[in-house]
Amino acid sequence: MTLYVGKREALEDAFIGRDDEMPRGKPRSVTRDAMRRLRANKAAMAALFVFAFIVLAAIFGPYLIPYDYETPDWNAFTAPPSIESGHYFGTDQNGRDLLARTLYGTRVSLLVALIATAVSVFVGVLYGAVSGFAGGRIDAAMMRFVDVMYALPYILFVILLMVMFGRNVFLLFAAIGLLEWLTMARIVRGQTLSLKEKEFVEAARAAGVSSFPIILRHIVPNLVGPVVIYASLTIPEIVITESFLSYLGFGVQEPLTSLGTLISEGTDAIGAADWLLFFPGGVLVTMLLALAFIGDGLRDAFDPKDR
Amino acid sequence: MGFSFKTFTGALALSTLLALGSAHAKELVMYNGGDVTSLDPHKLSGDWEDRVEGDIFEGLFTEDAKAKPIPGVAESYETSEDGLTWTFKLRDDAKWSDGEPVTAEDFVFAFKRLMDPKTAAQYAYLQYPIKNAEAINTGKIDDLDQLGVKAVDDKTLEITLEQPVPYYPSLLTHYTAYPVPKHLIDKVGDEWVQIANIVTDGPYKPVEWVPGSHVLTAKNEHWHGGTEKLDIDGVRFLSMEDVSAGFRRYQAGEIDLMTDYPKDQFKFIQENLPGQGHFAPFAGLYYYVFNTSKPPFDDAKVREALSLAVNREVIGPKVLGSGEPAAYGWVPPGMNNYPEEGARFDWAEEPYPQRLEKAKALLQEAGYGPDKPLNVTLSYNTNDNHKRVAVAVAAMWKPLGVNVSLENTEVKVHYANLRQGAFEVARAGWLADFNDPVNFLDLLKSGIEMNYGQWSNQDYNQLLDEAAKTQDLDQRAGMLEKAEKIALDADAALPIYFYLSENIVSPKIEGFEDNVFDKHRTRWLSMTE
Amino acid sequence: MLIFVLKRLASTIPVVLIAITACFFILRLAPGGPFDQERALPPEVLANLRAYYHLDDSLIVQYFRYLGRLAQLDLGPSFVTKDFTVARQIAIGLPYTLILGGSAFLLAIVGGIVAGVYGALYHNRSADWMIGAIAMTGLVVPNFLVAPILQLVFGVRLGWLPVGGWGDGSPRFLLLPVIVLALPHIARISRLMRGSLIETMNSNFIKTATAKGIGRRRVVLNHALRPALTPVVSYLGPAAGYLLTGSIVVEQIFGIPGIGRYFVNAALNRDYGMVLGTVIFYMALIVLLNLLVDLAYAWLDPKVRQR
Repeated sequence: MTLYVGKREALEDAFIGRDDEMPRGKPRSVTRDAMRRLRANKAAMAALFVFAFIVLAAIFGPYLIPYDYETPDWNAFTAPPSIESGHYFGTDQNGRDLLARTLYGTRVSLLVALIATAVSVFVGVLYGAVSGFAGGRIDAAMMRFVDVMYALPYILFVILLMVMFGRNVFLLFAAIGLLEWLTMARIVRGQTLSLKEKEFVEAARAAGVSSFPIILRHIVPNLVGPVVIYASLTIPEIVITESFLSYLGFGVQEPLTSLGTLISEGTDAIGAADWLLFFPGGVLVTMLLALAFIGDGLRDAFDPKDR
Repeated sequence: MGFSFKTFTGALALSTLLALGSAHAKELVMYNGGDVTSLDPHKLSGDWEDRVEGDIFEGLFTEDAKAKPIPGVAESYETSEDGLTWTFKLRDDAKWSDGEPVTAEDFVFAFKRLMDPKTAAQYAYLQYPIKNAEAINTGKIDDLDQLGVKAVDDKTLEITLEQPVPYYPSLLTHYTAYPVPKHLIDKVGDEWVQIANIVTDGPYKPVEWVPGSHVLTAKNEHWHGGTEKLDIDGVRFLSMEDVSAGFRRYQAGEIDLMTDYPKDQFKFIQENLPGQGHFAPFAGLYYYVFNTSKPPFDDAKVREALSLAVNREVIGPKVLGSGEPAAYGWVPPGMNNYPEEGARFDWAEEPYPQRLEKAKALLQEAGYGPDKPLNVTLSYNTNDNHKRVAVAVAAMWKPLGVNVSLENTEVKVHYANLRQGAFEVARAGWLADFNDPVNFLDLLKSGIEMNYGQWSNQDYNQLLDEAAKTQDLDQRAGMLEKAEKIALDADAALPIYFYLSENIVSPKIEGFEDNVFDKHRTRWLSMTE
Repeated sequence: MLIFVLKRLASTIPVVLIAITACFFILRLAPGGPFDQERALPPEVLANLRAYYHLDDSLIVQYFRYLGRLAQLDLGPSFVTKDFTVARQIAIGLPYTLILGGSAFLLAIVGGIVAGVYGALYHNRSADWMIGAIAMTGLVVPNFLVAPILQLVFGVRLGWLPVGGWGDGSPRFLLLPVIVLALPHIARISRLMRGSLIETMNSNFIKTATAKGIGRRRVVLNHALRPALTPVVSYLGPAAGYLLTGSIVVEQIFGIPGIGRYFVNAALNRDYGMVLGTVIFYMALIVLLNLLVDLAYAWLDPKVRQR
């Protein structure tokens, strides 16, 4: 069965059809070219700085502020932002500093996205490369399995997994990564199909190197472009999935928090304590916007014919 | 794939019907929380279902505006000397909504059906005081006719109990004691509860039910009280889980009565909707269970230390914001057949810093200190309020040198864990089913499923057993109070606060009386346009 | 053509079977059961209930019993809404979901294409930037955040539209939920449309047409639009899946009795039959939509038709 024919083909076309335009010889220059183009893209560079700032703040911020994320301030429950008290973002319903919680929440959201993306990249690249390199009936069977997986209602399975792994969000997102690798695998397979005809692969094969080392040493490093682009699209998707699950009541375990959890708590307080929605919501939207611009920039950089 | 074309067209027809549905003259729209799971009184479990069911059915007793039991289908009753036999005379004008009379046989049939293991009624155990009820429900007696419920004649019902039950009228207002229409069930079986078939004997009858959306009721013209006594023409009980969205609909005037509210909006409601927020004491207890079968919670000192360190005065007013009263006892105030206060912790009046010192000392005695910190896992089911309380309690325990890890699971998993004893300290709650303290005290009795912590004390059990046999109410109250004190002294569990009933009532509605059971039958309400 | 359709439909059966099997076992292995609740039941009553629903048999027996019933088009009872079978509940909820999802789908397509064409025609001018910015925002703001805000503004403050409910099913009630549901897809489609139309406009045959002196409007509508639609159409397949995710949230916030919110509730309630029923239905919907999308794709792209 061929579900999602279009989406796949569009993505595959973008990477495989480019074959002729690709400069021969060392493919690293592709990456270098792309980087040059990316640096010239002002919007993407600005987004990159914003994103870097958010990441740095999430990592180091908690050490620089006077409050931690779990101790209530018994004198300030649901207190609005104020400079004097040092609660610059205000406090939540448990009297905990919202700035600290937002920073921590950002950290958790990013971590969770990173885990899921890493799992999906790992599985997708390996699966796609093996499938493409093996070719023939193995390839057909492996791609048939991907087709089957595509037809499963993804979000329903995420919810079922959540029911199973409800206790451990990190495990849950590793599991989500295991559902997210399909497109990655298709793209990588397509790339591999064209790469394996290249001279340097032929040369390695002629030199008697066996299949798996060839995949690892010669194929995978040449997949950087599409993998980076696709990963940059996966991260925001996972962040949104995380916030969606939080909204359904399956966030991380207290006292940890995530942006999604903070926002879904904040929406209940609209009109009564707007800062609870405003700050975490602002960070989430800024971060996703930045990621979207970076993703766009990367795509343009690696695939100049798009524009 | 899996449903017939007929049902599909039926659904389409239904939705067009809905589209054409005429507006009621005086329709009360109520935010009713979860989905109503059944209209069959033997298959319910939630208070949101009780709101529907209590409007459409009427038992031997029913509730007045303040939720006090008053005769319903029963016109009068007599009790035998030993308190075991109750004889009810049914009203002559009690009728089902199809005009058939409500007979004693309907009640007999209902009680038998309730206890029949094949019905698998979840709340059958509430009516276990009836003679042989428990034995029949648990399969020890096969013969349903042995149940202590008899129709003397068409309009006379005799119920025999295992033991005298002073709160029996209150128990008879519960939905497990409603009659069901035998004449209909004989004819159509389980299908009787379908909206096209169902007949009821309450002031209202259900006329429309869209699962996931609402149940709509209309006046029952055969109700013995007469439709002219009812001001409201019908109620639209909305199934909605998102209470914040519900509150926005209330603000826009789409909903007239909220049976819950978003906690964060408390201040907003007090300031902007004066008089509309009804927050009143509610016969319910919010508590933490200690798993007393597991060390270190088998040590009363550890339990007491943890209980001492919970600053209950902060939880209601600050953490939850709506001012739930602190619980220093086990039985909520305002229960029948019981002194207003009941027993309390000895230290209830002590200032918090002093309690904290005491708690530290107790933990030290139990062998915990800076070099050997106590690790506690605190479990709660996923819910905003539970989360807030747990976070606050964890922070209160921290100064004792206790490391708390919080663990939230969805409600099904939480209660499965409680049942299997897979927890250390866990959140639980109890809402009264009937107006008597044993409702709460039974929770700590040995061998009761709800005694999740497995706390066991023979004196306590004995006092409860004796009280059950005692007819003199004052004497009985004394025994129960003594039992409560035993449980508190031993820190059997950790009571935190007593629930508040939380209703947001539109100024259009009159006759809404706050009461400890949070029951507000529509027949007592009126509404201005 | 008919054979193609029938073959496609037949090939979905194994996928559906895999999904049912996976759901069945994941759900059963998850902790907690349908009758675990705030008030513990005496063991005898629990045993009565489990016997009543045949939950006391072994898992394998239950699995094959379920399949057997399914073969007779019987989806079984619901443990929660006991007066309705699963099939009845789905039959009642389905029209709402279809109307909601269908309207959102249409709005997304029309709105997205119009915005995309507009953006392409005013390429790099302020109108284009505006549309781009709005689309970006639509993409990154989670729907559970958009919905309450729209409810507050248009329902509570301005009082123009109902805040929630289905009412009489008139457009007034549908407007907000449909917008919330369609928003991210309008955004994505407009971006796809814009990019693809710009590219098409730069291609040689359009340049020739323009050179011939055909008006810009006619060139776009008669020549460029159809080939430029390809990526949009290929997006529609996955969009169907995303709409389902969105409908879970939208139905919950707006109080619409569709089948989207059943899924989450059923999974949480361990209402096994209901979960499987919704999964089967959603898969059927997605498969059907993808079939339509592929047919549309074939109509647009002759290359695919020949396959």
